[in-house]
Amino acid sequence: MGFSLVVGVFLTVITANMGGYVDKIKIAQITESISVQVYQNPAYQGYTTEELRKLIDQKVELEIKRLGLDKPFIRFDSFSGFFHSRAFMYLANALTLNLGRSEHIYSSSGSKQVWLIIQERLPYSVLLFTTASLLVFFASLYVALILSRRYGSIWDRLSVALAPLSTAPSWFYGIILILIFASILRLLPFGGLVDIPPPESKVMYALSVLKHMVLPLLGWFISGIFVGVYSWRTFFLIYSSEDYVEMARAKGVPGRPLERRYILRPTLPTIITSFALLLIAAWTGAIITESVFNWPGLGSLYMAAISQFDTPIIVGLTVIYAYLLGVTVFVLDIVYAIVDPRIKVGGGPAA
Amino acid sequence: MRGLLAALKEITRYPSAMVGLFILAFILALAAYAVITIPYGEAIRLWRGGEATWRYNPRTAAPAWIDYLTPKKLLRTVILGPEDAQKEVKVLSERTRRLIFTYTLDYEADVFPSELAVVFKSQYEKKPPRVEVIWRTPDGREFSFGRQIPSGKVHWYTVSQDRDLIASLRGAPEEVLFQDPNAPEKTLKGIHTITIKAYVFEPEADLEAEVVVYGTVYGIAGTDHLRRDIWVALLWGAPIALAFGLGASFGITISSIVFAAIGAWFGGWVDAVVQRLTEIRMVIPTLPILIMVGLFYSKSIWVILAVLIGLNLIESTVKQYRAVFLQEKRTPYIEAARSYGARHLRIIFRYLIPRVIPWVIPSFVLAVPAYVFLEASLSVLGLGDPVLPTWGKLLSDAFSHGALYHGYYYWVLEPAFLLMLTGFGFTLIGYTLDKVFNPKLREI
Repeated sequence: MGFSLVVGVFLTVITANMGGYVDKIKIAQITESISVQVYQNPAYQGYTTEELRKLIDQKVELEIKRLGLDKPFIRFDSFSGFFHSRAFMYLANALTLNLGRSEHIYSSSGSKQVWLIIQERLPYSVLLFTTASLLVFFASLYVALILSRRYGSIWDRLSVALAPLSTAPSWFYGIILILIFASILRLLPFGGLVDIPPPESKVMYALSVLKHMVLPLLGWFISGIFVGVYSWRTFFLIYSSEDYVEMARAKGVPGRPLERRYILRPTLPTIITSFALLLIAAWTGAIITESVFNWPGLGSLYMAAISQFDTPIIVGLTVIYAYLLGVTVFVLDIVYAIVDPRIKVGGGPAA
Repeated sequence: MRGLLAALKEITRYPSAMVGLFILAFILALAAYAVITIPYGEAIRLWRGGEATWRYNPRTAAPAWIDYLTPKKLLRTVILGPEDAQKEVKVLSERTRRLIFTYTLDYEADVFPSELAVVFKSQYEKKPPRVEVIWRTPDGREFSFGRQIPSGKVHWYTVSQDRDLIASLRGAPEEVLFQDPNAPEKTLKGIHTITIKAYVFEPEADLEAEVVVYGTVYGIAGTDHLRRDIWVALLWGAPIALAFGLGASFGITISSIVFAAIGAWFGGWVDAVVQRLTEIRMVIPTLPILIMVGLFYSKSIWVILAVLIGLNLIESTVKQYRAVFLQEKRTPYIEAARSYGARHLRIIFRYLIPRVIPWVIPSFVLAVPAYVFLEASLSVLGLGDPVLPTWGKLLSDAFSHGALYHGYYYWVLEPAFLLMLTGFGFTLIGYTLDKVFNPKLREI
């Protein structure tokens, strides 16, 4: 799975460089560092600006040649008999989060390091979308369990009827919710992180953030809950007609322990998988929801980078997304091995 | 094929599927109507043709049917052309003539117009005509708009933006001219008389004028911030959404089945490669990559569609299909096919794949809305197709031009409604198909 992560990031880098965009970022980085070196070097103090520029150009050209940026992206080296590619250099950079410097966007501390800018935004995205995923996940599991107990009731049929509501993504509900609660009723803010100006006290600040989280959370919740309830309900119903469940029921195992031991336990791996998938959907789906709500996380950064054509940020963010997905899947694999005794790691005893 | 028809017959037994089919038929009819009445080129002209195409439409006007829902009488755009005018010509000298046009406007609406403009279409060689517009309200007050020298063949005098006039009227012309002096928030109903006096200075010279009183409602669907008719985009959004959704879903489903079948049939390293690719596919951030493609290479909806299919060639459903194929592989009829010497490809495409078709149809139908919304998502990010009008583009324009802040709700709700309707239609049918084809679900 670690392998998948590497390949995923690799593909991202390749796509990004198809128009030579990563090369450009790299060259800009080289030019920047060489100019700084040259201007700060006391040995060149007597030079005129013209001469300095010439010197920088020469050095940059040398560096470009040294790194092979002037050569094709992938080439065969007949001397060593290997394929050489800048792609691998970029892959190493991406994996070590050496994402270069942005073109226009600054971090709030004034830095242009892409990784620093992303670091600043990441917690906001994690805050909103982990909360959202957890809410949707546990609510749908809980409701589905109740409904599977009351199969055929009005609520059950209602949940089936409402399931198609989940076809729309969360930003779509976000727009509708903004329309209702912010625009018509004027109850909740249109978007953003806190009130302007931000409240002084920490408690008020937190409350203000919470108030701004209501609508995005609600949008996410509506778009996720119905299909969640529907599919879990169906899933539990299928499982609760298994022979061993019937057997336990016949033995007289009461409702709750029966659910816990005979339905939830064997389906745990599936439940965990779907939670991971939900998180993955949250990471990528966040881009638009955040920009609709002007939430200052990665999604809004993406949007800003798109509108200002800030390539290093876009490529860096894509790498980060690939990373997030890869790590989620990786963690999932480990958890899987822990909860499912049938999966053994490396042929050893069950973990 | 017969099985499919039987299945279609069966789903008509479910009321939810009937609703779904009905919705789908409506969207299809809309799409067909769009393609027939507004051909592709015409649609692009109407949406991208430039200001001249939309100049007579009001800006951000609500749909006309809103008029029937509100107690107030709203205003449709009134254009008073040369044929509505009484023309008087007086020869003042050998070269100079005076033309007087008199227009009457019967104003019954309870709201003020959104804008006022006068269009002068003049013919002259060297010396442009001079014109003066005099507006007489129903209660007899008279306002002169000052002298104008229309330059060029068609001259737009946007009354609502004439600063001198706004200063002399102490307010926006479209309000001052129409308000009741005793109750400024109300309109004064009755007959307005607009007189345009023009002096032309060449024997061949001539002038025509149009008075445009922009309304607050327009057409079936209203207009956007550029005065474009939203109806065009609503209509043309249908075929595009269907083509994108169905195309993406079809391409991705088919390729996933083929890869799953190939992996399951050949086994060994082929299967291992397909399996690993499925896992890699899981960690590829699709939306960010589509964003990069849209930004760096091409925003064309068809390029995005191709890339989307390319990225999802091996979907996560491959694992489910593979499990089915592994079972099918050991069935006697496959053994038989093998024993008479059928080639690999024949077995895969003629024996294995047809077996899973019924199984796949529900997931194919259920996946369509996701792709329809994906196009909308890309549009909201500003990466929608640059020429084609789509529902997503409408939503994104509405959102980025503050439709929610200014209360132009129709602009958001119309495309949202159609998007939702399409999603609903496909999902309702998909769920029913799921029940029909997967008997295990039918009991539930």
